[in-house]
Amino acid sequence: MAKITLDNLAHSYLPNPASEADFALKELNHDWEDGAAYALLGSSGCGKSTLLNIISGLLQPSQGRILFDGEDVTHAPTTERNIAQVFQFPVVYDTMTVQDNLAFPLRNRGRDEGYVAQRVQDIAHMIGMEGVLRRKAQGLTADAKQKISLGRGMVREDVNALLFDEPLTVIDPHMKWELRTQLKTLHRDFGHTMIYVTHDQTEALTFADKVVVMYDGRVVQIGTPEELFERPEHTFVGYFIGSPGMNVIPAQVQGNRAVVNGSDIPLGQAYRPPEGKVEIGVRPEYARLSQTEGLPVQVRRVEDVGRHKIIRADFFGQDINIIAGEDDHVSADMNRVTFDADHVNVYANDWRVQGEAA
Amino acid sequence: MNKTVNQKAWFLVLPVLILVAFSAVIPLMTVVNYSVQDTFGQNEFFWAGLIWFEDMLASDRMWDALGRQLMFSGIILAIQAPLGIFVALNMPKSGIWSSVCLVLMSLPLLIPWNVVGTIWQIFGRADIGLLGYTLDALGINYNYTQDTLDAWVTLIVMDVWHWTSLVALLAFAGLKSIPDAYYQAAKIDQASRWKVFRYIELPKMTGVLTIAILLRFMDSFKIYTEPFVVTGGGPGNSTTLLSIDLVKMALGQFDLGPAAAFSIMYFLVILLVSWVFYTVMTNLDKQEG
Repeated sequence: MAKITLDNLAHSYLPNPASEADFALKELNHDWEDGAAYALLGSSGCGKSTLLNIISGLLQPSQGRILFDGEDVTHAPTTERNIAQVFQFPVVYDTMTVQDNLAFPLRNRGRDEGYVAQRVQDIAHMIGMEGVLRRKAQGLTADAKQKISLGRGMVREDVNALLFDEPLTVIDPHMKWELRTQLKTLHRDFGHTMIYVTHDQTEALTFADKVVVMYDGRVVQIGTPEELFERPEHTFVGYFIGSPGMNVIPAQVQGNRAVVNGSDIPLGQAYRPPEGKVEIGVRPEYARLSQTEGLPVQVRRVEDVGRHKIIRADFFGQDINIIAGEDDHVSADMNRVTFDADHVNVYANDWRVQGEAA
Repeated sequence: MNKTVNQKAWFLVLPVLILVAFSAVIPLMTVVNYSVQDTFGQNEFFWAGLIWFEDMLASDRMWDALGRQLMFSGIILAIQAPLGIFVALNMPKSGIWSSVCLVLMSLPLLIPWNVVGTIWQIFGRADIGLLGYTLDALGINYNYTQDTLDAWVTLIVMDVWHWTSLVALLAFAGLKSIPDAYYQAAKIDQASRWKVFRYIELPKMTGVLTIAILLRFMDSFKIYTEPFVVTGGGPGNSTTLLSIDLVKMALGQFDLGPAAAFSIMYFLVILLVSWVFYTVMTNLDKQEG
C-alpha cells in the first residue's frame, strides 16, 4: 500500500506533441492518498484508461513523474510496482482451470502452495465460484470470466494499489451490485488504495470516497459525491453528474443578480462581472415550477419516473429540466419557474466562479 | 391442397454431378478398375482379384518408400512447426516492417515447385552452385547426387525454405488476434515470457496451427516435383518417396495393376493419417474447453 503521487504528469500518443490538443492526458498534479477509494469518472476517450495504464506502468508518460510513497517509479516496469489491475474485458487463461487462474499471480511470485491454496479458497468464496474451481476457464460465460479477472486482481494481499478499468461493463446488473458491494467490503477490510475507472456515475458515487471527474484529458474536479453535486467546478461535471444533469443557461451576472433575457434571477452570493462566456448552472432539483413567481417557462412534457417527476420545459428557447416531488401537482397553468438562489452557480468559460458573501 | 410434382429440379443438380464425375469419381474408379485387373498390352484386361494388393502389401519396395515418406514428413513437420512459430513470434506486429516481412515471407510460397527444385538443384552443385561450391571450398565433402545424407539434408532444407513461411504466416495471424489486454494482464500478473507463450499465445494459436500442420502433412506426404527435380529419387533409392516410386511403377514400368493398388493404399494412408491428426487436435481443443 502506498501513496501515489502524480507530478506534472502528461501523456501524448504522438511522438512529437506540438499543441495541448495532442495530449491525451493533460498536465496533472495529484496525490492518491494511501488507502482511499477513488473513482475516475468521465465519458469515453477522456483519458481515464491512459491515466490508469500510466500508474500501473503499462504506459510510459511523455512527461512528468510518478512516485509511490515518495519513490520515483516513472520508469519502473509493471512488475516492480506491485499493482493489480482489472481490465474492461475479461482476461482469463483459457487452458488453465479456474483455480490455476486465481493462483497464477501468486505462483508467479513464488508464494508457497499452502498459502496459495488458502488465498484461492478465500477469493473463490468472495466471487462465488467455489463450485467451479476445477473447471477449465474456457467456455465459461463472460461474467464468470470477468469474476475470475476480478479475483485474480484481488488475490494478492500486498499490492500497492488496485486499479479497475470499467470492470463491470460485461456483468449483468444484479451481479454488478453484488460485486461492487464486495469491492467496498474488501476495501474496508484491507484498506488498499483503489482506483476505479467508470463512465457510470452511480457506480462512481456508490463506490468511492472521492470522485475524480475527467473531461477531455483533464481532471476537472476531485471531490466527494456531495461536492460534485452541490458545487460542480466545471459545467461538464454539472452535466455529467445527476440525472438529468445541471441546467446551464447563458446569462449576464451583475453583483448578486443574474440577468436572462432581461429578467432578473437572484443569486446567493455576489460576483464581480466575470469575463468570457458567462452561464449560470442550476440543478433540476433546485428549480421549482410555480403559478405566480419567477420567470416564464413552457412545460413540454412531464415524465413520472416513480420517485419524482421530471419536467422538460422550454425556457427562453432553451431546454431545461425541473424535478418535482412525486406528490407535487403539475397543472397547466404553472408556467413560471424559480431557482433556489443558494444553489445557483456561476460559470465563466465553463469554470465555476467563486462568489463573495452578499 | 395438392402439391405439384415436378422432377425437373433434378436437372439443376446435373452440372455438378457431371463435374464431380469427371473430376473425381471416374478417374478414381478407373484406378480401382486397374487395381483388380491385369494386362499384357493391346488393351486386353484380365480379372486379377486382390492379387495386386497382396503383392503390394508383401513388397519391400513399397514399405521402404512408405518408411522414407513418413520420415520425410516427420522431419519437416518437426522443423517447420516450431520454426514457423518462432518466426511469427519475432515478426514486427505492425507498421511498415510488418508488411515488408509478410511480403518477403510470402515469396517462397509463390514459386512453382519445379522452379524451387531447379533453384536448389543448381544451388547445390559443386561446380556452379553457390552452396555446393562454398561448401566444397570450405573443405566439406558435399554431394547430393552421391551421398544419401547430403541428398536428404538438401531436400529437407529446401522444403523448410519453401514452406516454413506458410506455418509462420498462419501462426502470425493467430498471434495478431490476441487483444492487448491479455499481454497487459500478464504483465500485471508477473508472468514470465515462457508463461505468456504457454498460456496466452499458444492456446490462441491452436486453431490455426492445426490447419497449418494438417496442410503441411498432406502436402509433404504427396511431395513429388521437388525431389524429382533435385535428386530424381537417388542416390540409389534413398530419396525415392512414395509418389516418385508410384510414378516409376505406373509410367516407367507400366505396371498398371500394382501401381493402381499402390495409389489406392497411398490415398487411404493420407486419409487415415489426416483423420487421426484432425481428431487428436480437435479433441485436444475440447479437453481444454
